[in-house]
Amino acid sequence: MKDEVPTTEERVANLKGMGSSRKRVEDVRFTQGRGNYVDDIKLDGMLFGDFVRSPYAHARVTTIHTEEAMKVPGVLAVITAADLEPLGLHWMPTLAGDKQMVLADGKVLFQGQEVAFVVATDRYAAADGVEAVEVDYEELPVVVDPFKAMEPDAPVLREDLEGQTEGAHGPRRHHNHIFTWEQGDKDATEAVMAEADVVAEEMIYYHRTHPSPLETCGSVASMDKVTGKLTLWGTFQAPHAIRTVVSLISGIAEHNIRVISPDIGGGFGNKVGAYAGYVCSVVASIVTGKPVKWVEDRMENLMSTAFARDYWMQGKIAATKEGKITGLWCHTTADHGGFDACADPTKFPAGFMNICTGSYDIPTAYLAVDGVYTNKAPGGVAYRCSFRVTEAAYFIERMIEVLAIKLNMDAAELRRINFIKKEQFPYNSALGWEYDSGDYHTAWDKALNAVGYDDLRAEQAQQLEDFKAGKTRRLMGIGLTHFTEIVGAGPVKNCDILGLGMFDSCEIRIHPTGSAIARLGTISQGQGHATTFAQIIASEIGIPADDITLEEGDTDTAPYGLGTYGSRSTPVAGAATAMAGRKIKAKAQMIAAYLLEVHDDDVEFDVDRFVVKGAPERFKTMKEIAFAAYNQAIPGVEPGLEAVSYYDPPNMTYPFGAYICVLDIDVDTGEAEVRKFYALDDCGTRINPMIIEGQVHGGLTEALAIAMGQEIAYDEMGNNKSATLMDFFIPTSWETPNYETDHTTTPSPHHPIGAKGVGESPNVGGVPCFSNAVHDAFRPFGLTQSHMPHDHWRIWKTANGLGLHS
Amino acid sequence: MSKMHVKLNLNGEEVEGLAEPRTLLIHFLRENLKVTGPHIGCETSHCGACTVDIDGKSVKSCTVFVGQVNGKDVTTVEGLVNDDGSLGIIQEMFREHHGLQCGFCTPGMITRAHRLLQENPNPTEKDIRFGMAGNLCRCTGYQNIVKAIAASADMMNAQKEAAE
Repeated sequence: MKDEVPTTEERVANLKGMGSSRKRVEDVRFTQGRGNYVDDIKLDGMLFGDFVRSPYAHARVTTIHTEEAMKVPGVLAVITAADLEPLGLHWMPTLAGDKQMVLADGKVLFQGQEVAFVVATDRYAAADGVEAVEVDYEELPVVVDPFKAMEPDAPVLREDLEGQTEGAHGPRRHHNHIFTWEQGDKDATEAVMAEADVVAEEMIYYHRTHPSPLETCGSVASMDKVTGKLTLWGTFQAPHAIRTVVSLISGIAEHNIRVISPDIGGGFGNKVGAYAGYVCSVVASIVTGKPVKWVEDRMENLMSTAFARDYWMQGKIAATKEGKITGLWCHTTADHGGFDACADPTKFPAGFMNICTGSYDIPTAYLAVDGVYTNKAPGGVAYRCSFRVTEAAYFIERMIEVLAIKLNMDAAELRRINFIKKEQFPYNSALGWEYDSGDYHTAWDKALNAVGYDDLRAEQAQQLEDFKAGKTRRLMGIGLTHFTEIVGAGPVKNCDILGLGMFDSCEIRIHPTGSAIARLGTISQGQGHATTFAQIIASEIGIPADDITLEEGDTDTAPYGLGTYGSRSTPVAGAATAMAGRKIKAKAQMIAAYLLEVHDDDVEFDVDRFVVKGAPERFKTMKEIAFAAYNQAIPGVEPGLEAVSYYDPPNMTYPFGAYICVLDIDVDTGEAEVRKFYALDDCGTRINPMIIEGQVHGGLTEALAIAMGQEIAYDEMGNNKSATLMDFFIPTSWETPNYETDHTTTPSPHHPIGAKGVGESPNVGGVPCFSNAVHDAFRPFGLTQSHMPHDHWRIWKTANGLGLHS
Repeated sequence: MSKMHVKLNLNGEEVEGLAEPRTLLIHFLRENLKVTGPHIGCETSHCGACTVDIDGKSVKSCTVFVGQVNGKDVTTVEGLVNDDGSLGIIQEMFREHHGLQCGFCTPGMITRAHRLLQENPNPTEKDIRFGMAGNLCRCTGYQNIVKAIAASADMMNAQKEAAE
């Protein structure tokens, strides 16, 4: 006869807690088209708004003729800056301490800038209205090059700031200068450079690109004039912060604003900022008294909201003859476009660029970043990265390769001899961070062994000989990367956005029958929060994940939090979830002890129950405890079983990884084919391995796009040359390779469950890995640096420049 | 602008409505019929999020005027669930193999995969990758989508065999 008492293993499995590849609860809706995205929202009498946008990158707006547009059937209003000015809404604050025009106030600073907002009964009528608006422009000289923007006689872009020598982040030394941000010891670093055996110097450019989630940005605003309450649905990665910002700029009291992020079709940083469309939909709803929807089309998305990168990083790296790195120097020119609309923590105008010492024990370093205005779209958002970590990782991983060339060393070995050693953690970097934990040598050796590194190098050497002998026209490149991320912003003592500390939150309520609902301050955009956060709770308090509903994104019901970006959900909200669970567990322990008639200290937690120590046959399950919390008068214990935690992390987390890419380049066509990609990630404790792998596949594909073809490009007139999916490269299933994933596990010592976050690692590590592979193929012919994206044309040009076509 | 009368068979049911002749099918489905499974990702026929099935062919519904489907059979992802409301094989396999993340491309992906497996019940990995190349995904890197479609093919073939 089968024993009916489940084993411990069966009870653990029943929870589907941490470590289980639990299938996603979201997918039942999504696979049958029952998601609820912003554009799916349809309210009675809802109107549609659409923008008139500037065709010029820099021009004065002299007159806006709206009369003809108002005659278009269905058009109800055309809103311009003049209409917004009395409300004080013609400009809005950016998350970076700058301000940005909501609608063109006298001039435009980039192509595609919002000039007027047409409100109509449907999207076709709105588009007709947009066509009928005539705007008189006077063209002004255009600056798209950040170095030219800083020349003394460069045109003044931001006339609103003219004469202001102090910006949000310190002194401005030029009319197109935004800030200078310095970290580390300049004099000491320059002294190291002067005395070093070897100094390698290179300009590393990380081109402008765009997160371009498949769902564009949008919002639906509904002002209820009877209750005075504004409801705003939108593609918001930080709904609570948006509520606060809307309250501050509109003057509507915060309790009268309800912000809802429904299902979000991918974010990748695109949906962190505040956009003109959000503000205009709110104003239009207030003006018309009806709900107003705004959804940007793809061209508007690529032209106006949230570019990323555009960092010119001048680097110097110093080492001994044996390859021990002694110092790192970096000066970055950061092109922010017309407005500084980064989404970085306030004290970090260049984000966490000062993680640019990477995985290496570099004793002395200096970083300076100059932010500059140009006639390009505003932003500088963290595209699947924690605030410029991608730029930092690309910089150091390229500089290591450049140094390896200078030293004539193998780049894998150069990395190995410079890694921070396991016993050095917690490690204080020269640029001010305290790395929490790491075991880089183990990960590196595992990766090199997994791909058969020595054999690959031997094969590469043979292929090179064959190439030189005219037997093949293909070259083989081996790309290496060991990245260290800094995620989980962040400690309130040094991380805030618009003054809001970057904690996060979770509230858990256990129902009488032992199921539960949890609400968080974050918002999933595909990461599967409803699945994974329930797993954390399941393991912490012993209620099956399938019995836990998870909600996010409604500011009327969820506790305040700073949202989902910068891989912060697991490090911060995940910690809050565990801590809220522990509060519940502590109360459950008291209830269990009462029910079992023993002292609190005489019971202990066992998977899904509290048992009497030494007498495991005497226990109360969490289900029994939950019911008791609602039906028993327990002396000294309040009824009910719920808890909330606001978690202020003591430190960031530092996920890392070792990536290796092998690709074959056709020297005559410039085509590059990825033959192999191996990704080892260490994100600390793993909550759901299936979801982690999915994140890695997706992040690597975004990295492939960026490294091999994706860019936001402008001509000299400031025309955006890449504003459709015809010109802006997004890989299809055809050009995307299969990836091999692997892992090591080095828990974070300060995180309640040891988790570090993973969503952005593959993008951070993937880009340098693909790029290094391209460079590596041409290393024998003297190539040290060629800028991304490595599309066929650029690779062909590189080959041509090296004389490989003659 | 005057409106035209449109009638079509949507997921097995006769539906009708009035629309301006310039109305794109995707907008008619989403705005008039409130069928919001097919999504809008680009409106330039690149992304495939709006993919539907028209008379047995995969079509990006942002490329056709509503008048062009008058009298035709149109299937969207909503029409691919089983009669008892449970997930169809492809839908279930996407869930099983983690072939979706944000879910925005998923309705188009599944609708396209449905047609691909009708056209080629035994696709190789290359066939799947080629046959799905008109549908973009920003989250998954396609690896698990390919796996889900291959698994769907196996399961459909096994069902067919069992029925024979």
